[in-house]
Amino acid sequence: MNGEREGSGWWKITDVRVIDPYRQRAWQGDVLVGQGRFQDLAASADAPESVSGRGLWLVPRLLDMHVHLRSPGQEWKEDLASGSAAAAHGGFAAVMTMPNTDPVVDVPSLVSWQIAEGRRIGLVDVLPAGAVTKASGGQELAELWKMEKAGAVGFSDDGRPVADGGLMRAALSYSATLAGPIVQHAEDVTLSGRGVMHEGEVSGRLGLAGVPGEAEAVMVWRDVQLAALTDGRLHVAHVSTPGALEAIQWAKAHGLRVTAEVTPHHLFFTDERVAELAFSPVTKVNPPLRPESYRQVLLQAMKSGLIDAIASDHAPHHADEKDLPYKDAPFGISSLETAVAAVLTVGLDELAMDPLTLLVRMTAAPHRILGLSYQGLVPGESADFALIDPDARLPVDPGKWYSQARETPWQGVALRGQVVATMLRGRWAMREGEVLTCGLR
Amino acid sequence: MRDLIALGDLSRAQLEDLLDLAAAMKEIIRRPVKKVPTLRGKAVANVFFEASTRTRNSFELAGKYLGADVINFQARGSSVEKGETLWDTVRTMRAMRVDAVIVRHQAEGVPGEMAARLDIPVINAGDGAHQHPTQGLLDLLTIRDRLGHIAGLTVTIVGDVLHSRVARSDIEGLLQLGAKVRLVGPPALIPGRWDSPHVRIYTDLAEALAGAQVVQVLRIQRERQASGGIPSLREYHDRWGITPAGLGLADAEVLVLHPGPQNRGVEIDSAVVDDPKRSAIQDQVENGVAVRMAVLYRLVGGKEAME
Repeated sequence: MNGEREGSGWWKITDVRVIDPYRQRAWQGDVLVGQGRFQDLAASADAPESVSGRGLWLVPRLLDMHVHLRSPGQEWKEDLASGSAAAAHGGFAAVMTMPNTDPVVDVPSLVSWQIAEGRRIGLVDVLPAGAVTKASGGQELAELWKMEKAGAVGFSDDGRPVADGGLMRAALSYSATLAGPIVQHAEDVTLSGRGVMHEGEVSGRLGLAGVPGEAEAVMVWRDVQLAALTDGRLHVAHVSTPGALEAIQWAKAHGLRVTAEVTPHHLFFTDERVAELAFSPVTKVNPPLRPESYRQVLLQAMKSGLIDAIASDHAPHHADEKDLPYKDAPFGISSLETAVAAVLTVGLDELAMDPLTLLVRMTAAPHRILGLSYQGLVPGESADFALIDPDARLPVDPGKWYSQARETPWQGVALRGQVVATMLRGRWAMREGEVLTCGLR
Repeated sequence: MRDLIALGDLSRAQLEDLLDLAAAMKEIIRRPVKKVPTLRGKAVANVFFEASTRTRNSFELAGKYLGADVINFQARGSSVEKGETLWDTVRTMRAMRVDAVIVRHQAEGVPGEMAARLDIPVINAGDGAHQHPTQGLLDLLTIRDRLGHIAGLTVTIVGDVLHSRVARSDIEGLLQLGAKVRLVGPPALIPGRWDSPHVRIYTDLAEALAGAQVVQVLRIQRERQASGGIPSLREYHDRWGITPAGLGLADAEVLVLHPGPQNRGVEIDSAVVDDPKRSAIQDQVENGVAVRMAVLYRLVGGKEAME
């Protein structure tokens, strides 16, 4: 059980299509890995083991900057082992974990513990986000700088917003002295009220209480104004509305340090899915699935880069919790293991995007947002990558997942692209759908 | 048709069949001796997770008039059950070998999910703000009995449409049978839009009543005042309450319905409730038993009984 395990073996991935969004280069060829790093092909490889990459893409270091791994304290939903396995199975080399655990990750010792556990498990880099406010209570700032020293890469009260305007101003101004952003779950809870789905034609038909899109938009408009006031680092989590995008566009046009992410489910589904699945809580998520007109705006914003990143918002819950009636079930979708295929389906098939541009949103962009450096596929850089079959078309089968949470609106939906292997620091974390269990308890 | 979850699930023919059958059932309940042996030996569970007197009694009588054994299961407490889960309760009912479940629940979607988990008929007696299909059926029967037809009528639904399962069932049934629907109420209590060319949304009561042949008056809940939907019950009455004067704008033969219980002097004046020419409220109660008999007969009656 060592910590930062590096692979000692040498591997040659042959005839693979390299898609390197970090350097905006794509080529066909061989990739050599040894001593945990990418190696120059001319290096005197110590008889590398050959792996055919024919028909596959090699994508360096996918980072999912928004996941809930539920540990400490909610291990009946997910824990760091099952969550790490789900990430590796999903193709990710790194995840940013949201701090709304029990207790909330609001002190440096909890940040250190999560990182250490992640290393011990060894399947994915666990990059904690610390809470913005103590216990995410929205009253006092948490020790952001101390948490950053302990390894936190961002700050969020996710699950709820930093509602108090004065406190958000304080957080953003403080963030100007830090490397990580304030990641805001933008929701005016007095407007969302008891809503459980998007407020619109479908909620009217079904009789479910609705959340207007404006509950998000008004909060993002407030926050971008505060970002201007403070020169703070604002990252808007799981953006889902045209109104919020207008605020982000305004912020970027004014040169503010504002970024945004979107989830695969908001790019893929609409509120009609709630009706199609007849009140099954697998569609219950916050922010809610939006109408097609919103989805089209999100797609174009993701394509243009107005939305910088794609993040899963993997939010696992126990099957018993998701088995409650719609209005009583918790918000959240288990989505680490569908993220890559959902993004490829939308990006390649629906938007006809160039894979280099599309995959920036899951690689270089989240690194940039979090102030992390990674060079891409260059000799000497850590050998972190996913091998993806971009042409596989398979129905989603949660029975093959590693997350403890198998409830998904993608059940049985055919998606394009399958992650066939994940490597972290020169060691296989997953191959052919099988996660290496040596790191697991 | 194995279950009755939403009126929109029924074809026009199925709706008309149930209404015809209900008309026949009305003959039975007007007899001095009402009991018929059609469902003798069948057990029906009335499972109510939300308080109800009228609907539960109506279903209970409907089952008993048809000769079925009816048990009442009144669950208490919040929608999130303590201890035994909702679905465990459902499995328990099934293990008791009941032949049908009538369910009311405060959470939208529960009867449908129950139907998916049970291999016996499930009848929705009201789920949150989603559907109340037997209320929709009895409203249709009442209109048809009094006016002779439904196709081509203009029906105005007044009040808190947004939170009303009755309104949703009425709308689906009325559209299926060819009526036009107007929705009217305070802006915060009506849906922003409804995807049908035959549904129009108003905030002005006078416009919505002009020429209407049927007015369905919804109950206004006092808590809508606290949530900002209306400033006060008396302001609501002055703008959206149904009064004899307001009805003067409607068709001369206008029929007034109310799913009950009425807040007299709030959403409807006593002079309207008690006007035998216009008010069909007492007919609705009688028709409620008849349509529930029809539904039980169709869903629980054996094949031989149906032919």
